[in-house]
Amino acid sequence: MSVSDETGARGGGAAAAAGPPPAARGLGQESRTEHGGGVRTGRRLPQARELGILLALVLLVAVTTLANPGFLSGQSVRDLLLGATLLTILAVGQSMVLITRNVDLSVGSVMGLSAFAVGTVFVSFPGLPTPVVMGAGVLVGAACGVVNGVLVAAARVPALVVTLGTLYMFRGIDFWWASGRQINAADMPDGFLGLSRVTLLGMPLPAVVALAVVLGAGWYLRNYRSGRELYAVGSEPVAARLVGIPVDRRVFMPFVVNGSLAGIAGVLYASRFGTLDATVGTGLELEVVAAAVVGGVAIFGGSGTVYGAALGALLLSTIDAALPMLQVGSFWQQAVVGLLILVSIGLDRLLALRAARRLRGGGSRGA
Amino acid sequence: MGPEVDAPGTSAPPSAARSAPEPQRGPKPSALRSLLRTREASVLGALAVSVLAASFMVEGFATGRNAGFLILDVAAIALIALPMTLVVITGEIDLSVASTLGLTSALMGQLWVLGLPLETIVPLCVLFGALLGALNGVLVTVAGLPSLAVTIGTMAMYRGLAYAVLGDRAVADFPFTWTGGATSRLPGTDIPWIAVLILVLAALFGLLLHATPIGRSLYAIGNNDEATRFSGISVRWTKLWLFVASGTVAAGAGVFWTLQYGSARADNAYGLELSVVAAVLLGGVSIFGGRGALPGVLAGVLLLGTIRNALMLADVSSDVLDIVTGLLLVVSVVLPTTLARVRERRPRPAPPS
Amino acid sequence: MRKHIRYGVTAAALAGVMLAASACGGTTRGDGDGSGSGSGGSEAEADPNAEIPEGLKISFLPKQLNNPYFTVADSGGKEAVEELGGEFKEVGPSEANASSQVSYINTLSQQGSDVIVTAANDPNAVCGALNQARQAGSVVVTFDSDASPDCRDLFISQASAKGIATAQVEMVAEQIGGEGEIAFLSATPNATNQNAWLKLMEEELKKDEYSGIEVVDTVYGNDDDQKSFNEMQGLLQTHPDLAGVVSPTTVGLAAAARYLGSSDYKGEVALTGLGTPNQMREYVKNGTVEEFALWKPSDLGYLAAYAGASHSAGRITGEEGQTFEAGRLGEYEIGADGEIVLGPPTVFNEDNIDDFDF
Repeated sequence: MSVSDETGARGGGAAAAAGPPPAARGLGQESRTEHGGGVRTGRRLPQARELGILLALVLLVAVTTLANPGFLSGQSVRDLLLGATLLTILAVGQSMVLITRNVDLSVGSVMGLSAFAVGTVFVSFPGLPTPVVMGAGVLVGAACGVVNGVLVAAARVPALVVTLGTLYMFRGIDFWWASGRQINAADMPDGFLGLSRVTLLGMPLPAVVALAVVLGAGWYLRNYRSGRELYAVGSEPVAARLVGIPVDRRVFMPFVVNGSLAGIAGVLYASRFGTLDATVGTGLELEVVAAAVVGGVAIFGGSGTVYGAALGALLLSTIDAALPMLQVGSFWQQAVVGLLILVSIGLDRLLALRAARRLRGGGSRGA
Repeated sequence: MGPEVDAPGTSAPPSAARSAPEPQRGPKPSALRSLLRTREASVLGALAVSVLAASFMVEGFATGRNAGFLILDVAAIALIALPMTLVVITGEIDLSVASTLGLTSALMGQLWVLGLPLETIVPLCVLFGALLGALNGVLVTVAGLPSLAVTIGTMAMYRGLAYAVLGDRAVADFPFTWTGGATSRLPGTDIPWIAVLILVLAALFGLLLHATPIGRSLYAIGNNDEATRFSGISVRWTKLWLFVASGTVAAGAGVFWTLQYGSARADNAYGLELSVVAAVLLGGVSIFGGRGALPGVLAGVLLLGTIRNALMLADVSSDVLDIVTGLLLVVSVVLPTTLARVRERRPRPAPPS
Repeated sequence: MRKHIRYGVTAAALAGVMLAASACGGTTRGDGDGSGSGSGGSEAEADPNAEIPEGLKISFLPKQLNNPYFTVADSGGKEAVEELGGEFKEVGPSEANASSQVSYINTLSQQGSDVIVTAANDPNAVCGALNQARQAGSVVVTFDSDASPDCRDLFISQASAKGIATAQVEMVAEQIGGEGEIAFLSATPNATNQNAWLKLMEEELKKDEYSGIEVVDTVYGNDDDQKSFNEMQGLLQTHPDLAGVVSPTTVGLAAAARYLGSSDYKGEVALTGLGTPNQMREYVKNGTVEEFALWKPSDLGYLAAYAGASHSAGRITGEEGQTFEAGRLGEYEIGADGEIVLGPPTVFNEDNIDDFDF
């Protein structure tokens, strides 16, 4: 595999050097400098981007608290953190995939499959220690990630198409496996169900897990060579190959990580909600992508941070929790979320344009 | 490994890497065309095989009555898939179509409750759909935002607005002449009239795509947005109008859906966007743009519909239907890509790794 | 610029086609041309002694597969079909929506089912398909959630809507001591049953004996576990003085109980509604929920199968006042509009919950 990879990289390098019509490539590149531009203007812009979300978050919490002081009570904050946990973990994984200019639409199905696997293992092997069962759940997720990764990286099939396909497949497998069964809280050990009530330094355990995932992924992307290379692959795959980055492996890895994270989310779901059937996580994929996009991760790769994605997830969860308290009819919630997505990608575009103009000394270009 | 590595399987924005059989593009356009032909031919072939197999093996499949059911089942998907094909060929995507359908349906119900005549409501709703499409188009072309992100946003927004318009109610007291009329069959046959509308629209879009300069420019845009822009084609206007067409047809499908089921609700056609995209991709349209043909897409829609219909008649449970749909989609892209690579590799002396 | 115009023409042509496809003349609401067609009541005379033939194809089409409630209900149907020597079949969509249900109705009709027993996801959207199936010779029985009366032959009601509403109001009033704020956690905003019950409950609460009780909010969990959980959480935070919550849906009640059981509000806020004993056992035993109600879903499916078979055999035609034998459940009488009521709901509490397994 690795041999073939290297040959691939070398062959690609040669072909790219000799081959592509210069005009087309050059022009293609120009459009992308903007996405990349955000990153390259130093760390300032992305930070401003994340500060913006943080500001929106603080503002939202402040307004909601003014309207309804109960919003900041201990129980309420705990609920909010717990509620944001799953979305945050999934958004982190999704960002890593997005950064390499791919997408994983199958996360909702993977999470559902993993959650159901956890429940089924508890029912079938009541004696197994809880950590082993949890590990099994994560493994199911990782396996799904490997399937996606192989199809995208090795078979070189567009990620959107593959993961749309596996979205249906994993969900179908879930339904087929569950065949109408539901697993209830009574089928799982109390210790496992109580995990979300365990607190560490005042934070619920799942929230701690989410925080660890965010910090770990952030650290990796920033400080590891292979982490930085994900950005390179995402902003310009051809160039990345030319400089000798094993693009296939860099594309493969985030899918596996994302699958495993979806597996972790599935385990946490099972622990928190206790009632499992085959519909767990249906339709979650677009919400996850939305969280990452709101958090400033570019949908066409090459820029964004997992911190931003995590903040995006937190913001979306907070909106869900805050709107009922602001007496905004529950019918309006979705419309507000949609508007927010549009505003934040518009904002990104504006920031990128400004950065590009600064770089070029004022020249603006039509879209 | 062949030189196709410079077009990695990693997804790419419209301009850079095309899908896998890249090397065939520049030097050998005829080879590309033949591949195109086989791609469409294979979908049509798969359709023919599955129809034949279902007719022989599934009791009750090969009847006019069942064909009528099948057409009604896929009608909305087929309608929306037509403009979607053009949108995807230009390298964009419109995920908001199902929500546009839902919002139109909700609006239709609300206007009906307010006492407007249906003859006014229907054109109003279709016009409104055009506006919703235009909003997508403006955000994509004028503001220069990626359509995937934009339409995920408007997907949530339009669905939310649908609930805001109609709330938790369902409006269902449309006159029977209209609701029954929506599903009525052509005189003397079991074929619903909507099939004719689909064919007419398909012919319109097909002619536009395959027989006009505009159509060719769509492929050019999908293949290389920037270069096309410099060649004098107004990329912006073209894309804007495509989104308008997408919204308009989605709204028309919303009107039809509402009458077909006789029920205007905010949650109508929830999740349909993925079925539409799946059908378009199965029909051989490249997700990166620049490649695909309308007959293939129609075959893709019918193939999915036929398989579901036949499996249902054969009492195969719904979860297997999902697995089959997904598998079909993955195989439909993996197979040609892999075949192309194998073919590419064969003449080379280098040993396979 | 010309090509823009051409696109414009295309769009206009589209609109034109849509317009042309519609009839002419102003059709407004209240023109008297009511919705639905109805193949009308059956003209045939009922023959109470008609033999129920062996091998009747009786098909169950629940709102969705993978819903434990319907799994149990359909198992009751299976039991009845086996007693009758018929062919049982259960099909259904994996997600509860009306359009995929229509496909399944068409399929069942195409397969020549003698009886279609279904719970409608939308009372009107399935109507056209049901009527076509009836014209093709199937008997249509709805259970749990009715379709419009003019497109089915019989409806098996789990309990009268009034009975269900009254039982829930009585339970919550007793648990909160007759006064305080209460809220509803319902299913989807469009759900036929839940909306009817909510309305009746609010009417019931207007009675003098309940004057101390105020309904402060109604939220929707969409019969989705996580959404219901979140909505329950939102309810308790929005209304600090809330004394009780009523959730007339099994999914909602279980989710709400799970939230309540793990929060500080446990024991402070009363929770009741409709739920299944298996889902609620834990919460009744740990004191989160005092009592809740439900009919027996398996009996519902059982009765529906017998009613459908009797109709198909010609023992009944759906007229009010006709009676038929329903196996172990005894004799039932058809009410107005072809409705058959299963019986009063059963109330479950710590004392009796272990006697039930569904």
